[in-house]
Amino acid sequence: MSEMLSIRNLSKRFGPIHAVDNVSFSVKRGEVLGFLGPNGAGKSTTMKMITGFLAPTSGTAVVCDHDVLKEPVAVKAKIGYLPEGAPAYPDMTPAAFLGFIAGIRGYSGGKKDARIERAARLVQIEDVMNQPIDTLSKGFKRRVGLAQAILHDPEVLILDEPTDGLDPNQKHEVRTLIQNMARDKAIIISTHILEEVDAVCTRAIIISRGRVVLDGTPDQLAARSRYHNAVSVVLKARAVPVVETLLRSLPAVAETEKVDGMDGLACVTAFAKGGRPIIAEISQIARDPANTIEEVRVERGRLDEVFRTVTETRG
Amino acid sequence: MRNICHIFKRELGGYFATPVAYVFLVIFLGMAGAFTFYLGNFFERGQADLSSFFVFHPWLYLILIPAISMRLWAEERKSGTIELFLTLPISIGEAVLGKFLAAWAFCGIALALTFPIWLTVNALGNPDNGVVLAGYIGSFLLAGGFLAIGSAVSAATKSQVIAFVVSAAICFLFTVSGSPLVLNFFSGWAPQAIVDVVASFSFVQHFNAITRGVIDARDLVYFASLIAVFLFANAALVDLKKSS
Repeated sequence: MSEMLSIRNLSKRFGPIHAVDNVSFSVKRGEVLGFLGPNGAGKSTTMKMITGFLAPTSGTAVVCDHDVLKEPVAVKAKIGYLPEGAPAYPDMTPAAFLGFIAGIRGYSGGKKDARIERAARLVQIEDVMNQPIDTLSKGFKRRVGLAQAILHDPEVLILDEPTDGLDPNQKHEVRTLIQNMARDKAIIISTHILEEVDAVCTRAIIISRGRVVLDGTPDQLAARSRYHNAVSVVLKARAVPVVETLLRSLPAVAETEKVDGMDGLACVTAFAKGGRPIIAEISQIARDPANTIEEVRVERGRLDEVFRTVTETRG
Repeated sequence: MRNICHIFKRELGGYFATPVAYVFLVIFLGMAGAFTFYLGNFFERGQADLSSFFVFHPWLYLILIPAISMRLWAEERKSGTIELFLTLPISIGEAVLGKFLAAWAFCGIALALTFPIWLTVNALGNPDNGVVLAGYIGSFLLAGGFLAIGSAVSAATKSQVIAFVVSAAICFLFTVSGSPLVLNFFSGWAPQAIVDVVASFSFVQHFNAITRGVIDARDLVYFASLIAVFLFANAALVDLKKSS
């Protein structure tokens, strides 16, 4: 049973609006799926349907062989879910809140304490366990929500914007945590932070207007960028016209783009025709000291550019 | 059942985690006492019973119970915790019952804390404590009826203010449905059977019957079915409105 989560023709309509339109995909054990899309694309709605909070208009989700329409409680028991905004009861302390969750999840006595202790340690909230949640900072609140989601070591983990509101160190910790848990779980994280996809995801799906527009590994997605295999060179600004002419004269180069930098430097990017590697040709130009080239790098493709292309052109 | 117990404990603990519980208890006990002694003329009546205590309970509950029930679901929806709550492995029925029972138990605590009035009447005379007990049972059932209505209304809105006002209005109709205010509206055109049915919805009628010391099965069935109907509506409303 490597396929732990399978979404089948899931649709949700709110009146005339197709919030989610015939979405199908599946997630295997060990996969971390980045769920991307602009605000309002249907990410949260899809997650709400998988977790049994919203009833789909049509289609269904199957989690560990349980259909969410037929056995919602069994599905909910398998899933750890961090809803958008990490809601938690503000008057409770994290200790009491996690105690409540652990009770509902079926733990009691020493096992319950061990579960709470482990979850609190993993997300590093041990120091605030006895402060009311509404007195905590945004970062701590988010981590209390995460602790709640991972408390029962679920097989399927669904996190709606898990790093929203965290500082860079906390983001790094949460990503490390996700990676460490990934091996024996199926994880979906929604995000609009594209660096996160590179950092933790083994696969990414981009949805726009309720439809899946791209599905692949981060590398496959990046390969769709016009920056894929483009080469950027950093050089003295005065040498730009010469180098640009040289680059354009190469048959494999489609076009060039110039960005002015600081300290009399500029950056010229040469785009490859059809995304083929062009570094070999360009390195010839870079070797000539007259061209004053200080740095050469091959672009792997820019996810943000792919993201914009696939989510905007469908307007 | 286990889940209901966990929800019950969390909810009941929640009342005491904030000033809500203490404010409510102080106001309830203060008003119950003031009504009994000043409006009910507890001493002047010279009777060893608690009827001047219980007679004001429907009016007290009319204001105070919606204040408890208004937050039950409206607050969860407003703050978004409902998404967390209802994606835990529990059924909606368990969620509704857990919350309702916690609120009802809280009312029970408030009612139990009126025990000094029972001590007082026992110190002053020899009341029929069976009738007093019946009064407490009736009052507790009445609170349950008000709460079930309030809980269902709370599930229909995100606004606690709307929940309060609408619950109070519905509870008021149920309270006065045996009085001329409502019955005259029907008696002009409706057949007597309908007038009787409307009158039989009256909280006060059934409550008074119990506080007289006669616990009739019909009165118990009335409160039990009223609570059941509104809790059923409550679950349906939660399911319908949870995500909007």
